[in-house]
Amino acid sequence: MAEPTITLNITRYRPGQDRAPTTQSYAVPYKEDWVVLDALNHIKDQMDGTLSYRWSCRMGVCGSCGMMVNGTPKLTCAAFLRDYYPGEIRVEPLVNFPIIRDLVIDMSDFLDKLKSVKPWIIRKEEKPVSQGEYLQSPAQLEAFHQFTQCINCMLCYAACPVYGLEPKFLGPAAIALGYRYNMDSRDQGQEQRAVIGNHDGIWDCTFVGECSVVCPKDVDPAAAIQRSKVDTTKTWFQSILMPWGQR
Amino acid sequence: MSGTRPDPSKLYYREVPATWWLKKKSYFFFMLRELSSVFIAIFLLVYLYQIYQLTQGPEAYVAFSRRLSSPGWILFNLIALLFALYHSITWFQSSAIVLPLRVGERELPRNLFVALNVIALVVISLIILVLFLRLKG
Repeated sequence: MAEPTITLNITRYRPGQDRAPTTQSYAVPYKEDWVVLDALNHIKDQMDGTLSYRWSCRMGVCGSCGMMVNGTPKLTCAAFLRDYYPGEIRVEPLVNFPIIRDLVIDMSDFLDKLKSVKPWIIRKEEKPVSQGEYLQSPAQLEAFHQFTQCINCMLCYAACPVYGLEPKFLGPAAIALGYRYNMDSRDQGQEQRAVIGNHDGIWDCTFVGECSVVCPKDVDPAAAIQRSKVDTTKTWFQSILMPWGQR
Repeated sequence: MSGTRPDPSKLYYREVPATWWLKKKSYFFFMLRELSSVFIAIFLLVYLYQIYQLTQGPEAYVAFSRRLSSPGWILFNLIALLFALYHSITWFQSSAIVLPLRVGERELPRNLFVALNVIALVVISLIILVLFLRLKG
């Protein structure tokens, strides 16, 4: 009996040669324990070495292999062929990003935005190492812990229609990571992350909520953004009502 | 880092189609939620105008109320009611995410938050309905 196969319809784009992306179909062996990334690797190794895509860890940690699988942003290392078989699978580069080649997108915009929220602990004055570490209770850790799980895979940007329509939008992951440091009891840098509270920050978000649905690490960027809206509004009202106060 | 950036002239930019909100169920329901505000706003404007008619004397009020009982307006009110209910449910779902209920250090399930709010909505609506019927009768 012939080995069962599954068809992958993959976006191809060769910069400088193709005017627009095209679709190429590949029939790859169907194996129950294969994920879409295994199928892509099979194509690259056995069928067509010109196919380009990003991947690294193949275990949902590195965040490199995010692509559109049948129109939904997914880590291809976690998308099993058996969930689509015997149907065909459409693999496209993450939407809302420019295509460099085939399934590889240009992530410069995301990296710029990530840097703009200063995702690191900022102290007004650093204390010397000899004075020990900055202590934190389990409850204080719990306040932001889930947001530390982000792997920068950009699936949330591909799921966000606001980012697609308004490319200036800071976007789910960058805001969630900024919020993570704002919520960190060891951090004192909230004022340096004003970009979060700007118009192109949280206020562009219309709360579609898909960012949290597609997140492979159960981070909840939609919650981070809405809670930031509440915090920012409170701070603003306090500054109006009590201009002589600290904040 | 700018040296590692790809040549912008070689990138391919995809457009977001105007029908993006029809591509996914969740996007469609998001648009319905946004659209619900239009119906609720129209309802409230009509309601305000109805109250304004009170200042124009009882005849004006009765005449306007009679116009509102035409089948077209009843249909509109029915649609507006459905949108208002949908808006309320999605509001509770959103609130559950924004203001999580906590007992001690644990976050209660979001569905519980939604359920409690729906129960409160039903109970308060029933109380208002009973009061209304009493006052009328």
